[in-house]
Amino acid sequence: MTKKPERIFVKGNEAISRGALAAKCKCFFGYPITPQNDIPEFMSSEIIKAGGDFVQAESEVAAANMLLGAGAAGIRAMTSSSSPGMSLKQEAISYMAGSEVPAVIVNINRGGPGLGDIGPAQGDYYQSTRGGGHGDYRHFTLAPGNAQEAYDLTIRAFDIAFEHRTPVLILGDAIMGQMKEPIVPWEPESIDEENGREWCIDGHESKREKRLIKSLFLAEGALAGQNQHLQAKYDAWQDLAEAEEFECEDADLVICAYGSIGRIAKSAVRKFRKEGKKVGLFRPITLFPFPNKALKDLAKQGKRFLTIEHNLGQMVDDVRLAIRTVADSDFYPIYPGNLPTPDELEEPILKSLEGK
Amino acid sequence: MSEMNEKLVFDKPESVIDRATHYCPGCHHGIAHRLIGELMDEMDLPGKTLMTTSIGCSVFLYNYLNVDAVEAPHGRAPAVATGVKRARPDHFVFTYQGDGDLASIGMAEIMHAANRGEKISVVFINNTIYGMTGGQMAPTTMINQVTTTTPAGRCQTHEGAPIRMTEIIASLGGTAFAARGSLDSVKNIRAAKKHLKKAFELQLNGTGFGFVELLSGCPTNWKMTPLQANERIQNELIPYFPLGVYKDVSEEGGVC
Ligand SMILES: Cc1ncc(C[n+]2csc(CCOP(=O)(O)OP(=O)(O)O)c2C)c(N)n1
Ligand code: SF4
Repeated sequence: MTKKPERIFVKGNEAISRGALAAKCKCFFGYPITPQNDIPEFMSSEIIKAGGDFVQAESEVAAANMLLGAGAAGIRAMTSSSSPGMSLKQEAISYMAGSEVPAVIVNINRGGPGLGDIGPAQGDYYQSTRGGGHGDYRHFTLAPGNAQEAYDLTIRAFDIAFEHRTPVLILGDAIMGQMKEPIVPWEPESIDEENGREWCIDGHESKREKRLIKSLFLAEGALAGQNQHLQAKYDAWQDLAEAEEFECEDADLVICAYGSIGRIAKSAVRKFRKEGKKVGLFRPITLFPFPNKALKDLAKQGKRFLTIEHNLGQMVDDVRLAIRTVADSDFYPIYPGNLPTPDELEEPILKSLEGK
Repeated sequence: MSEMNEKLVFDKPESVIDRATHYCPGCHHGIAHRLIGELMDEMDLPGKTLMTTSIGCSVFLYNYLNVDAVEAPHGRAPAVATGVKRARPDHFVFTYQGDGDLASIGMAEIMHAANRGEKISVVFINNTIYGMTGGQMAPTTMINQVTTTTPAGRCQTHEGAPIRMTEIIASLGGTAFAARGSLDSVKNIRAAKKHLKKAFELQLNGTGFGFVELLSGCPTNWKMTPLQANERIQNELIPYFPLGVYKDVSEEGGVC
């Protein structure tokens, strides 16, 4: 008899933490900020029990730089924060991108700008997808919509980080992080923690050449070469873009929304469908690489688009870029500081559906 | 005398890569590199060393020492080294940082790494100025010292007093060893090597955080000849930054 998979009831933040442990994350570097505190709190005991290490850093700057060190040493490591803390982590993230250090970073997005509030928001979309630090770089950005997906994507984030030697960002928000729901945890079959690390610093007792992890390229043409290499890597990620398409096939109007807002929009779509109204949902799961092709394919079918975000209009730029030669997208902002409900989305959806 | 009878008395440590450095004539960074290289050989360290380099004139340290290295952002070397050491606790991990790097932008990182008792070693090159960016004021710049951003000389009421890092680091609970040496003379260079060796040993035997400050010359930005720079260290710097061991937990009553 096969064992029934265990179901546990956890917050999204805990789902992320458990996903990291399942992915054999060995070091965690944290700094308190609401609404992500559950992650460092959980890790402070559980990662030690799992034989890893936890440091409460003196700042987000330090935590992200500790992550840079652990990643350069070829170890699966993670940090988490929320919006103001993410701004501080950008220095190290730029260095990690520049020196191709794998690492996983969680941002439980809260309201901004500035100190903002501690409620959910999606105002960090630009920062999360454009390379929030200095220089020409990108990193993978994954946007889970519920706790199970948060668990699953965290495991994937570590694989992506090491396969592509890149920092990977998991972008959630206070709804996803704080809401409790059931998840079914699972473990990856095997993780070879030493394989494929021919680049990392681990000492050269085996008498190989010394290794350098660096982002400084001063020789004539060297930096251009590195940028060319990085850009080619980012371009190739386009094939790995992913989105959930819900009731899109015969839809007249496709709502584009991600994360918690994608989930709320889904409830609104269900309601409209019951009324016979042809509305669908396109929910990007990778925000970078953005699922351009899938979205454009929908546009080619003559659909209308409405982008709904918990910000004043950021992902809508990517939506428009994806479909620009075929169609346009309406936009409905949910102001950070407000908590949206499916009912609140009905009016703007109806307006767009009727082409008003 | 035939060649056979010649006795080699001075050679390049194996851990130091055979190439010309980019430092100005009379710069003490090269001496500090050599001391580290000698200790690497003597203590059999290269294969188990993970070096964290930082920003400043020494940014190319990784081109001169034959060990694995990661480059840290300005001031963050102690945090990066913390991550490296936590990830690979069996390795020997050290940072190499200038005074702008360590005592200004990286003040928080160095204080907390020391206070946590991170099992790393820190080599701190204090030349009382920002070398690489062209001679601006550093936290260690002396009162009345002229720099490009203190053209009338550093004024205590306006810019504050030069910071004595070794004394501060020695006062922190996690510090196992803190000492200040100088690279101006043979005698002081020998003593500096002893400090470095002690700091390295205390990391290797798992005791704790080791900190070695080395007073160094920057003839270029001090606008002096190398010999004048050495004299300045003796006459002006050492009286304000006294040499010696400030904390050594391996010796009873080690704090002096
Ligand atoms: C975040 C950041 N700010 C400023 C700089 C520019 N910068 C490069 S080296 C340096 C000063 C280094 O001085 P110090 O640490 O005293 O080392 P030295 O050059 O004297 O050896 C500065 C400010 C930088 N690289 N990064
Ligand atoms: S500028 Fe100063 S610290 Fe830098 S290499 Fe020249 S002498 Fe040395």
